[in-house]
Amino acid sequence: MTTQLAHWTRKDLLSLRELSADEIKFVLETTDAFKQVGTREIKKVPALRGKTLVNFFVEPSTRTRTSFELAAFRLSADVINISATTSSLTKGETLKDTARNLEALQADIIVLRHSSAGAPQFLASRLKASMINAGDGAHEHPTQGLLDLYTIRERKGKIGGLHVVIIGDILFSRVARSNIFGLLKLGARVTLVGPSTLVPREFEKLGVEVSHKIDNVLPNADVVNLLRIQHERQRREYFPGLGEYIRLFGLTKQRAKLLKSDCLIMHPGPINRGVEIDSEVADGLQSVILEQVTNGLAVRMAVLYLCGGIAP
Amino acid sequence: MKPKENSCSSVPIMDAAAIGRALRRIAHEIIERNPHLEGVVLAGIPSRGVEIASRIASFIRQTAKTDVDTGVIDVAMHRDDVGTRRELPVVHASKLPVPLEDRTVVIVDDVLYTGRTVRAAMDAINSFGRPARIQLAVLVDRGHRELPIRPDYVGKNLPTATREQIHVRLEETDNEPDAVWLKRE
Repeated sequence: MTTQLAHWTRKDLLSLRELSADEIKFVLETTDAFKQVGTREIKKVPALRGKTLVNFFVEPSTRTRTSFELAAFRLSADVINISATTSSLTKGETLKDTARNLEALQADIIVLRHSSAGAPQFLASRLKASMINAGDGAHEHPTQGLLDLYTIRERKGKIGGLHVVIIGDILFSRVARSNIFGLLKLGARVTLVGPSTLVPREFEKLGVEVSHKIDNVLPNADVVNLLRIQHERQRREYFPGLGEYIRLFGLTKQRAKLLKSDCLIMHPGPINRGVEIDSEVADGLQSVILEQVTNGLAVRMAVLYLCGGIAP
Repeated sequence: MKPKENSCSSVPIMDAAAIGRALRRIAHEIIERNPHLEGVVLAGIPSRGVEIASRIASFIRQTAKTDVDTGVIDVAMHRDDVGTRRELPVVHASKLPVPLEDRTVVIVDDVLYTGRTVRAAMDAINSFGRPARIQLAVLVDRGHRELPIRPDYVGKNLPTATREQIHVRLEETDNEPDAVWLKRE
């Protein structure tokens, strides 16, 4: 799976839905080069020297923000972090005005995490700075999708033809959406598993399979990607209780025995040990959860280099 | 030897035999200049520099019966013009044997022009460690340096005008017969 694309031309990364298969492959190949940088004695390159990156996180996040911050440091960019509580959004300033102020400070790259789907899109079309979507509502989380693709490709040597099973809270998951678009574009077969309230049949329109019986699906999976049950997003009751969720959909030690021995177990984190995944399974040999974190850094370096390295 | 494109004039500079002779001579010069051959690393700049490095390594093997290490040194992320181009080229993963201390790294590229690529390559090498020395081998030196950089091993010195272009074609990287062309607009 080598890209046919000769050059990268996008200043923004807003979603995987808008990228072509070749563009996705281009990012993955660029990631190989940046992952290598992490093995050097000096893990820093001058690529974005003199550029300013603003981590603008309207919704709380530690791991994604830290990953972007470290990626920017390793590219020699200057970084400032702004969170919802420290920004003037709490004083009634509109998103657009806040962003225009950031631009007036000559920010070259804005990494935006926002609770509203489409917020990065809205700003990207109005600002000269590069806009990187770090998660917008239940819409997309493209760098998470890319790092999941990268981890699968690195471990399995390919993505096309693999059967990837995504389990859990699909309805509210931007991670699931980015994974679905990316995996389908690269030719994987995707099955979504979870309670019918969180995994409605509607998803079949995207070209994926939907199942509500996990034990039927696990034996023929090449990859299982477990999503966190997002307590904070569920205002209404989408399933009777955690106990029942674990019994029906949790990847327990017992249930993990149904998996092929070379099936990868993935999770975007933070994991709820004992809910969507048992501790022993999360720490087991098939788990690549920590590799995902390492690859996330390399993927974000690649994305910042590509989008931020283009002439404005 | 017929040029492929006819829209602008192309002058053949080197054919396969001439390229072979030049790289064989460079291999001999590297052997002469580096009594401790085991310490030499031939680091090619993608993609033709990597192929040229591997050819020089096999000439060294034939002549001195010594295997020298080869590596890949990608310069894209060390260049000084990131942020000024509308299109970004593909970056490749670098690969060098470590530790580099006490070793002689020979940077290998097809064409030496402004010297900016070589400057970036030296920066990249330094992020792997501190080699004892760095040398430079190129198939063609076309002049017009913008930095104080001078090659140690040159296949062919070719004075050019800035509006002219040097095109190197290698079987392995371009699916075309080995050749060097001088192109004028």
